[in-house]
Amino acid sequence: MKLPIYMDYHATTPMDPRVLDAMTPYFMQKFGNAASRNHSFGWEAEEAVEKSRKQVAELIGATSKEIVITSGATESNNLAIKGVAEMYAEKGNHIITAATEHKAVLDTCKHLEKNGCRVTYLPVQQNGLIDLDQLRDAITDKTVLISVMYANNEIGVIQPISEIGKIAKEKGVLFHTDGVQAVGKVPVNVIKDNIDLMSMSAHKLYGPKGVGALYVRRKSPRVQITAQMDGGGHERGMRSGTLNVPGIAGLGEACTLCKNEMAEESKRLSFLRDKLRNKLEAELDEVYVNGTMEHRLPHNLNISFAYVEGESLLMGINDIAVSSGSACTSATLEPSYVLKALGAGDDLAHSSIRFGLGRFNTEEEVDYVSNKVIDVVKKLRELSPLYEMAKEGIDLTKVQWGAH
Amino acid sequence: MAYSDKVLDHYNNPRNVGSFDKKDPDVGTGIVGAPECGDVMKLQVKVNPETGVIEDAKFKTFGCGSAIASSSLATEWLRGKTVDQALEIKNTDIVNELSLPPVKIHCSVLAEDAIKAAISDYKHKVGAAQPEAVAAK
Repeated sequence: MKLPIYMDYHATTPMDPRVLDAMTPYFMQKFGNAASRNHSFGWEAEEAVEKSRKQVAELIGATSKEIVITSGATESNNLAIKGVAEMYAEKGNHIITAATEHKAVLDTCKHLEKNGCRVTYLPVQQNGLIDLDQLRDAITDKTVLISVMYANNEIGVIQPISEIGKIAKEKGVLFHTDGVQAVGKVPVNVIKDNIDLMSMSAHKLYGPKGVGALYVRRKSPRVQITAQMDGGGHERGMRSGTLNVPGIAGLGEACTLCKNEMAEESKRLSFLRDKLRNKLEAELDEVYVNGTMEHRLPHNLNISFAYVEGESLLMGINDIAVSSGSACTSATLEPSYVLKALGAGDDLAHSSIRFGLGRFNTEEEVDYVSNKVIDVVKKLRELSPLYEMAKEGIDLTKVQWGAH
Repeated sequence: MAYSDKVLDHYNNPRNVGSFDKKDPDVGTGIVGAPECGDVMKLQVKVNPETGVIEDAKFKTFGCGSAIASSSLATEWLRGKTVDQALEIKNTDIVNELSLPPVKIHCSVLAEDAIKAAISDYKHKVGAAQPEAVAAK
């Protein structure tokens, strides 16, 4: 076993070596511009792009023509939301999203608010999921788009996507989902799930960084978006810019691998995830899983260790790469807004660790990680005045704390 | 974030972890911070009533590595000082000693507050003179 151990697969994934193999010819031998229509260099590049487009489409139940290549999910989210808001401005100016979305969605919505759009940010329940009745109630005749993520990047909970899609369809509203964490990990089907637009990223599914895609539905309804970048009119006019052919070849291969291996991989990872959770819960008191376990990615565990501050825990497990919702690990000194949205209290947000397991984690690593975390949490609780007070039977919520 | 060697040392080998009996008349206790802010420090001093010298100090801290290091360092500095000398410890001394980056200065402020709160608690107990400024802000 090699140290440090990477267990932060929601942040990014290492490339699968098979993906690299699929990419290498397109750097030097087959370097053509996919938009060059009049020679073989262009043709072979275009062929690679079309093959990848098909591979992406097959993973999500779409057709090739519905896949728009982008630089990644941030761009896809921007393109989908701004593109719809602009294209359908005459129909209405209202967008519905959720409080726990990724910043690429939230900040895009905030940008649109400055330009005259109205945005509803749906709260989530304590399990991390939106309430479908609240969604229904939020829709008005001015609503043009619902944007709710498929699976959350921090707590891994999977939203009721096909129900949201159904509601959107009934009301004649378009439905965009940020599929970054879900695509390639759990079965996603844009037809079954009634999805109109979906953002994806290669580097979250063992592909390269800097490439992603946006699914844009072409039939019932035919979705149109306004391009956000002017240029040569690539990607059916929706996204100009010379295509990143090696990256796209990698994206396609990564999708095919996920499609072929998903069933087995998710079984293996949920076994490892459950083992990790069970060990932590067996050895430590007062650990709390954030978000529902019932509707959740198989490889995610987000857990709060009460009375222990997240950054100090990360410091103690410095040969393990995970992340924390603690304020001290963020640039803003604010604890995770996702955990705060669950309403569990800021103290538990400060005490949270996100484990993201992935393709290259082994059972040996999971054993090492669980033992190490248990040791450090025990050590830090020895150091924690809160743990001491709790053990003395003091109700910490009733203590008059000084503001700081 | 990179930690200084001294922060790492205090984190890995915290000095003077523990608790005294709060009710002991020779013990002053300061608890500052709040769980929802991510830092709570408990600092205790045990004072020789005859000499006014802090003979022992202990801490427990819920917080980041820099908060743990700041309070661990504070207990080291408190031992052997008189109560009045203890009040001269400034957060900037802690910042310099531990090379804390700007985002961690609040950890040192909290440690200074904890010292003041502990001393103030002790002074209250002995009924000595006017309580020195701050309890937990």
